[in-house]
Amino acid sequence: MTGYRLAEGGRVDRSAVLRFSFDGVEYFGLRGDTLASALVANGVLAVARSQYRGRPRGIVAAGVEEPNALVRLEGPCAEPMLPATTIELYDGLSAVAVSGLGRLDETPDPACYDKKYGHFDVLVVGAGPYGLAEALSAARRGQRVLLVDDQAQLGGSLLAEPESAVPDLIGELERSANVRILRRSTALGVYDGNYVLIAERRTNHLGPDPVPGVSRERLWHVRAKRIVLATGAHERPIVFAGNDRPGVMLAGAARSYANRYAALPGREIVVFTSNDSAYQVALDLHGTGARIAGLVDTRAQPPVELVQAAESAGITLYCGAAVIDTEADSPDGRICAVRVAGLDGREGGTRLACDLLAVSGGWSPALQIFSQAGGTLRYDEATSSFIPDGAPDGLSVVGAAAGLVDATAHPLWVVPGADGDPATWDTHFVDLQRDATVADVYRATGAGLRSAEHVKRYTTIGTAHDQGKTSGLATLGVLADALGAGSPGRAGGTSARPPYVPVSFALLAGRERGALFDPERTTPIHSWHVAQGAVFEDVGQWKRPHHYPRPGEDGALETAEAAVLRECRAAREGVAMMDASTLGKIDVIGPDAGVFLDRLYTNGLAKTPVGTARYSVLCKPDGMVFDDGVVLRIAEDHFYVTTTTGNAGAVLDWFEEWLQTEWPTLRVRCTSVTEQWVTVAVVGPNSRAVVGALAPQLDVSAAAFPFMAVRETVLGNGIPARICRVSFSGELAYEVNVEGYYGLALWEAVLAAGASYGITPYGTETMHVLRAEKGYPIVGQDTDGTVTPLDLGMSWIVSRRKDFVGKRSLRRPDTVRPDRKHLVALLPEDPDAVLPEGAQIVAHEVALPPSLGHVTSSYRSAALERGFALALVTAGRDKIGQIVHAACDDRLIPVRIAEPVLYDPEGARRDG
Amino acid sequence: MLLIDCPWCGPRDEVEFRYGGQAHVPYPQDPESLGDAQWAEYVFVRDNPKGPFAERWMHAVGCRRWFNVVRDTASYRILAVYRIGEQPPVTVQVGGESAAHGGAGR
Repeated sequence: MTGYRLAEGGRVDRSAVLRFSFDGVEYFGLRGDTLASALVANGVLAVARSQYRGRPRGIVAAGVEEPNALVRLEGPCAEPMLPATTIELYDGLSAVAVSGLGRLDETPDPACYDKKYGHFDVLVVGAGPYGLAEALSAARRGQRVLLVDDQAQLGGSLLAEPESAVPDLIGELERSANVRILRRSTALGVYDGNYVLIAERRTNHLGPDPVPGVSRERLWHVRAKRIVLATGAHERPIVFAGNDRPGVMLAGAARSYANRYAALPGREIVVFTSNDSAYQVALDLHGTGARIAGLVDTRAQPPVELVQAAESAGITLYCGAAVIDTEADSPDGRICAVRVAGLDGREGGTRLACDLLAVSGGWSPALQIFSQAGGTLRYDEATSSFIPDGAPDGLSVVGAAAGLVDATAHPLWVVPGADGDPATWDTHFVDLQRDATVADVYRATGAGLRSAEHVKRYTTIGTAHDQGKTSGLATLGVLADALGAGSPGRAGGTSARPPYVPVSFALLAGRERGALFDPERTTPIHSWHVAQGAVFEDVGQWKRPHHYPRPGEDGALETAEAAVLRECRAAREGVAMMDASTLGKIDVIGPDAGVFLDRLYTNGLAKTPVGTARYSVLCKPDGMVFDDGVVLRIAEDHFYVTTTTGNAGAVLDWFEEWLQTEWPTLRVRCTSVTEQWVTVAVVGPNSRAVVGALAPQLDVSAAAFPFMAVRETVLGNGIPARICRVSFSGELAYEVNVEGYYGLALWEAVLAAGASYGITPYGTETMHVLRAEKGYPIVGQDTDGTVTPLDLGMSWIVSRRKDFVGKRSLRRPDTVRPDRKHLVALLPEDPDAVLPEGAQIVAHEVALPPSLGHVTSSYRSAALERGFALALVTAGRDKIGQIVHAACDDRLIPVRIAEPVLYDPEGARRDG
Repeated sequence: MLLIDCPWCGPRDEVEFRYGGQAHVPYPQDPESLGDAQWAEYVFVRDNPKGPFAERWMHAVGCRRWFNVVRDTASYRILAVYRIGEQPPVTVQVGGESAAHGGAGR
């Protein structure tokens, strides 16, 4: 062991020697150490230099509040930036000091992260003396208790006391069946309804590798009837010149290193305090054999019994005095002396040689979670700290967090510098991690800032990794001085936001990454698409074939453009087929189904004869198009409604909302049947022959099976089918629906029936080109929530005889403006040009011309042998034939506005 | 994370629900008889009080039923839960009038 590890005491296991490396140097530590305590035991206090000013820095704290000792933890589950004070030492640990800026490890994290939900009567955060007592009393009342603490051992502040101090009631808690204890777990934040997120570190302390079968970290979602915050307090620094040097440490941390870890942070120690608590620090460190070079108290008359205790230990007291500066002479910047002077009538003062300065500026209750929950704070002059004022329902604060600290602190935040002007105090550090000084605060107030929230943003104080856990109140103290506000209580405060400690994205993501990030939906025909080498696109959660590339003569796959042109030609000239199963499908059933649909859809559906179908549009009350689809009437009381792929859920929600909230007396039931049916579109001049072969019992003649007719039949292979003659391409076309179970069999039967006609499978891109050539809009692509059916040129679908939701909006002054944007087609003057979707339409070739609209869909057309587009253009229908320009990058492409139906405008091809 | 007491399923986490905006804003009996301003009032204008607010929720991944909630928009405390068609059991302001005069539906 080294000279800084005490020979006895501490809560470390001296039989378990662990090897670790820090910045490439090998050291030894003990089980029970943190990385920071192991460094202290090796005499290492200096860590990475500060981020902005490159000043030497050292370990300041012993817990989550540490501002300086940030490290990158190496290994398969690398951590970019953690405080060394929160890392439990394990054998083989390798860490590198980081100057306030971590770097993400780009290799995938192999560990598993998960989550768990918990419901408890009482959640106790913090297992110090008050937390343990609260947990035990609730447990004895038979309540379900969750006790959470961020340390490996329970006891909280008691762990920094001599070993016997932790009571044996922990055993009783551990034996209680109604108590769950989460060690190494931190409450990150509290949300509405006493909902708390807790990060549990399950295997991090075991080593660098993931442990098979165990999640590395777990995110607990806990709802508790009552939350008890026993979150303790954080010690505050005192701000003076050169207060950032390695060797300046919080007094409580120095005591914790000595008592808990048997690691002596210095051999020649000056203690500097404004309150009582540091006297025990001086006495304990003295007891370990360290030399206390002086105890400096800012108070002129400390309590007599403390003075006597210090003096009887032979400690020299400097009362009414302060440390005014520090000195360093070694390469690591560690202090070698401090200078002490009286607060009244200061001069050069006394130089005290030392290698550690233990500082206590009092204690601030850790109320971050309390504040998040909506608890209010008030400034308490006795302890010079913010303490709880009003607690929200179901939440209480106990112990040091409630302001129950023995120390009445002298409200001294800053020891004046040699120059009387605070604006020059640029080594009086307020926020160590942000390298922000008293001078920076005065620069902010000099710029006119008054609010603590504004000063925070101007100086960035409190915004670093440590979120100002130690610097917060000192900043307010400096600000109060600068503004002449008197006490920090009048300088206001800043809000605490979750998370309380940094949390990894891996933990928040849990198992929802990769393939589990979002559910993937596939149709029963998916395996065939995959086997055929389809290129897929995501449509919502659905995987849909975009196109089916075929090998060319040279063996290489054809390009997407070539495949789409080929598929389009097949649909226009022969026969083609598509898996349309992703269309949303809703069974609307009941005696009032027709009345109900009439109230929502723009055209009359109640009078649709059984065995026929109608295209229709849904509007929101503002008159804007919400969805469209074909509605099939299966029976008097049964409609089969199809929706766009992306809106299936939203349309069902819409139906149910109106039925439940406005028309509860209508006798209608809606059921999503999207996944119960597979739909195969058979499209093209030869589709009648193919469907005839597929369904030999069905008379498919144009007279017997007209456009928009629905037929129930049994296919030649015995599968019951519902066939509808609808067309989304302008060609003769059918949609064959069968139960999902038969989906693949149907697909293969259509392929077989169409084989002699060279039937060609096509994907979504071909579907888009075919429909766009006919001017059929896609809701959500050619519309965006600001487009009415009239803007789309669909006045023919808007009933004049009945009301429907949104109808009244269609005669609002804004919706009848003649200069609304209309859906039109665009034909580039250069037939080879294909406009980018989203391109802006402008009238003239001038600088910064006003926008007339934008391109909503754009493709190359096999049938038209040119590029074409659909666009929403201001008063577009009044500009048919005119030339406008599409802005593409840095050039303007001339385009001619055309009627939206470019292909077969007379509709001659629909009947084959 | 609000804990919402679905009148059909009991208390459930907020993520199971869909929000539906202000309650007691009935669809007008005869939209065609309304002037532009009256119709625009129905379509676009909603209250935004600080304090108790009657609003609609739907238990989207549970029973899929719509119901009403009175929630304090400042404290996020839920003051009452009641079914569609019922009047709020606590006093809330609805469009400047007491809910007793509001629509019975939404």
